[in-house]
Amino acid sequence: MADIALESVSKRFRDVAAVTDLTLSIADGEFVVLLGPTGAGKTTTLRLVAGLEQPDTGRVLIAGQDATRLPAAARDVAFVFQQYSLYPHLSVFDNLAFPLRAPGRRIDKQAIEARVREVATLLRIDAKLANRATELSGGQMQRVAIGRALVREPQLFLMDEPLSSLDAKLRAELRIELKRIQRELGATILYVTHDQIEAMTMADRIGVMDHGRLVQVGTPREIFESPVNTYVAARLGQPPINLLPAVAFAHCALPAGVATVGARTEHLLVRKAANGEANTGRVHRIEHLGDQDHLHIELGGHSLVTLVEPGSDLAPGDAVSLDLDNPLLFDAAGQRMAA
Amino acid sequence: MATISVQELVKNFGTFQAVRNASFAVPDGTFFVMLGPSGCGKTTTLRMIAGLELPTSGRILLDGEDVTFKRASRRDIAFVFQLFALYPHMNVHANIAYPLVSEGVARSDVRLRVEEAARTLRIAHLLDRSVSGLSSGDRQRVALGRAIVRKPKAFLMDEPLGALDTELREAMIAELRALHDRIGATTVYVTHDQMEAMAMADSIAVMNNGVIEQLGPPQEIYDRPASAFVADFIGSPPMNLLPFTGRLSAGQRRVHLGGSALDVPEILEAVAEGEHLLGARPEHVWIDADGALPGEIFGLEYLGTTQIATIETEAGMVKARLSSKQRVTVGETVRLGFDTDRLSLFAAGSRRAIETALRHRRPGRTRAREGAHG
Repeated sequence: MADIALESVSKRFRDVAAVTDLTLSIADGEFVVLLGPTGAGKTTTLRLVAGLEQPDTGRVLIAGQDATRLPAAARDVAFVFQQYSLYPHLSVFDNLAFPLRAPGRRIDKQAIEARVREVATLLRIDAKLANRATELSGGQMQRVAIGRALVREPQLFLMDEPLSSLDAKLRAELRIELKRIQRELGATILYVTHDQIEAMTMADRIGVMDHGRLVQVGTPREIFESPVNTYVAARLGQPPINLLPAVAFAHCALPAGVATVGARTEHLLVRKAANGEANTGRVHRIEHLGDQDHLHIELGGHSLVTLVEPGSDLAPGDAVSLDLDNPLLFDAAGQRMAA
Repeated sequence: MATISVQELVKNFGTFQAVRNASFAVPDGTFFVMLGPSGCGKTTTLRMIAGLELPTSGRILLDGEDVTFKRASRRDIAFVFQLFALYPHMNVHANIAYPLVSEGVARSDVRLRVEEAARTLRIAHLLDRSVSGLSSGDRQRVALGRAIVRKPKAFLMDEPLGALDTELREAMIAELRALHDRIGATTVYVTHDQMEAMAMADSIAVMNNGVIEQLGPPQEIYDRPASAFVADFIGSPPMNLLPFTGRLSAGQRRVHLGGSALDVPEILEAVAEGEHLLGARPEHVWIDADGALPGEIFGLEYLGTTQIATIETEAGMVKARLSSKQRVTVGETVRLGFDTDRLSLFAAGSRRAIETALRHRRPGRTRAREGAHG
């Protein structure tokens, strides 16, 4: 496996700046996830590393070598796409063996067989090797697609939303599998997604992208607990962070210059208000989502959502007092301020 | 608006039985969700209600009228698909107006009704725009506009949000439910996403292999799953299902998982010897020095406010949802405590829920887990 570095990489498509001045280093054996909504530049970044796009400026280094102008085929990277493109007329075995049988590789039959079986066992599809690709479930097909990347033992894996076409349950299973495989192989992975759960549970580090710029890079805990601005703060968290103007918390003695208060469940102290108490909010509704109960509160014309323990005695219409415990504070430009 | 009644519906495709004897009623104004994995028969059931498939046997009543073999176009139902096909050469107004124009509604009425639909969906400012330049959320709203403008008796929706980004999907879930609250139309909605179902439904039918495994309000299905399948399908992560062997008798309040004795809600029926399952939601499992089940932390998944700990025990892997403030490390030896009152039991073989005090309690809240995080 290899380390990768992107140095001040920019890429424009006509008048659209798809990626702007992006610098990112990925260590050997690291799992880095690029997170952002559609159009943030994640996929373009991945394609620049793969060699499917050429940057306008900047450099791409793979294992310390300048790969910026290297064609895709010469980069020794494996790409896994959202839509698994298997050969439907071939068996699972032949699909997995395909990259090894490419002309010029000259790998003997026994070595291919051994490698395919090894990868199939790792992905837990060894019982399906004789099946045709079309006889598999969606989750199995995606495993074969990942397996086809694994057999080659490339320097680096690039994955573009490989789980997003699967149903929620399979996605949850494959998330754990993929992380396990990555650890076992010590694989370097650059992974693109808009799903915050995938990013938080698999990444060693998350890179948050916004309109072609890499806004923050850090461990999932750093991104969640110490976002640099309101955009990053809004990317992680379920329910999403409450971003409210400071005036809504005028009773909380906030430092000067605070424009926006970012309050997650753990930053909010909610209790039933005493009769005649000032600065109260009102419970609008309680949404039961099974494992989570979302408490919707109206506070001075703003709405907040916070988690509430099942069994809470709060009911719609109740007046509640809201206090802050170490919330995230942002200035008028949306940048994070020291607490 | 309308009530929909589905009676003993069966659909065979050759030798494959897609829907096996499905019966349910959707009261007027209800948001009804059919939930299940791909191939469970939910879309086939929906298509039979729409008139796009004919049942092998059984009946479908719309407002009391038998429409089982009536043509789709005569059922006064609007169907919203996952892949919303808009007419790319028409603007938003023309797209929404299309069903009315083809029905021959007077021009002035068309204008009024399109504007009303657009206001309901908050896309009135887009009426003159071309649909090709719209965001996927707005395209979805236009597709919904085309459905609501007809003021049909009922809406049928087949995974209408399946193709959207997570963030947009969450926003659309809130919008769809708010739209339903405003216009109160009877809706049958098909999805494999339990989060969509939990967030929007008044009532959920969980389907598996062509059979409705359980029918009920979301919280009921979550708290008291009728089968191990439902327990495992709903929840993220799903309910822990821990095997144990034994013969169960009425009045029993304790089961043995290997060498560990666990308190459970009072068992109310006798069950023959077999490998049964104890079901525990991850949020009803916690680390507790006095807990009944010993184990070792195998993995931790950070989710922000909470974290999921996977614990290796003699009964298998157990997942627990813990506060992220709780410091735990991989490899640590721990004991697990359970929210006794909320545990489920499933019988060997049939995998149906065993009758216990949990299943006989009136719906309502249970005690808070005070001091659970230690």
